Amino acid sequence: MAEAKAPGARPEEFRPLSPHLQIYRWTWTMAMSVAHRITGSALYVGTLIFVWWLVAMASGPAAYATFQGVAGSWLGRLVLFGYTWALLHHMLGGLRHFVWDLGKGYDLATRMNLARLTLVGSIALALAVWLIAYAVR
Amino acid sequence: MAQFTLPKNSQITEGKVWPKPAGAARTTEFRVYRWDPDTRENPRIDTYTVDRDDCGPMVLDALIYIKNKVDSTLTFRRSCREGICGSCAMNIGGSNTLACTRGIDECASNNVVKIYPLPHMPVVKDLVPDLTRFYAQHASIEPWLKTTTPAPEKEWRQSKEDREKLDGLYECILCACCSTSCPSYWWNGDRYLGPAVLLQAYRWLIDSRDEATGERLDNLEDPFRLYRCHTIMNCANACPKGLNPAKAIAEIKKMMVERQV
Repeated sequence: MAEAKAPGARPEEFRPLSPHLQIYRWTWTMAMSVAHRITGSALYVGTLIFVWWLVAMASGPAAYATFQGVAGSWLGRLVLFGYTWALLHHMLGGLRHFVWDLGKGYDLATRMNLARLTLVGSIALALAVWLIAYAVR
Repeated sequence: MAQFTLPKNSQITEGKVWPKPAGAARTTEFRVYRWDPDTRENPRIDTYTVDRDDCGPMVLDALIYIKNKVDSTLTFRRSCREGICGSCAMNIGGSNTLACTRGIDECASNNVVKIYPLPHMPVVKDLVPDLTRFYAQHASIEPWLKTTTPAPEKEWRQSKEDREKLDGLYECILCACCSTSCPSYWWNGDRYLGPAVLLQAYRWLIDSRDEATGERLDNLEDPFRLYRCHTIMNCANACPKGLNPAKAIAEIKKMMVERQV
């Protein structure tokens, strides 16, 4: 039958896709999984900043002064704090995945607490790093 | 690349607000996803008000109330009404679960219950998703006992300890709540087997009577079929039977490593 082959004639071709991200209720483990990806991507940018610092150091006082000017501004410090947090968050996320890869920490309370700890721990550690940095400056 | 938004034909519109039951003292509002294959219009959300004094305590009771008393065109799957058939799996209050074992008061937010079909699936009608691919994936892991030694005269024997290894796995009712809660399955469901099917795969991998463990692992050794699991854990959070597919998948990954050393 020719009609049956026309586009949209078979039900599979016009069935809608049910909503997913739009309606799914966020959980801690889901949110921290997304955060792990985002911080992982952000670390690429952070590494570029790190490379800039190294190149500026090797290039001499003028280039280093430019770097320091940018990094020392309030925006620069904000970005560096973000980099610190992303690095620590991604590290704690990696440790969390290491625990799970050993086949441990899968029960409801543990998996939720591990996810919460990733966020709380990374913020606390990032603040600690910066407080120490300012204290010893 | 994953598509995070819904295709044009799947975007949801405002639907009909159905009249409230007359003289009801205690009511709850249900906002239900509707899609009619005959009109092919975009999906819509219809609003129903259920008289709680004339309705059982579970979400399935409310859906049956709506179908019997308000709108007979509302379409959903249901059968056992006691959490063993897996037919009434759907997204209720933002999480996948069974309508028959989820209490209305457990999932109502401000006395409103939102109901959608299982996420990221093709919709046949209203709350009925097309599970063809899900079942095909289940068949692909060959969920039956495979042996090479001649069959014993009576049954295949198993020690009590070996039988206990199947606890937490054999209870799976294949309702698809876990697989359709998994973002990895949303984005790569054509190649990733998903938590339900992998839990079933593990159920046969650790069965002491099965003699195809190596073949089964070979079949799963694939960047997509097994390794798209990123321990997001939505599966374990969703399972209405309290099982832990994420843990089963971790055990398969461990078996993969252990057979290489």
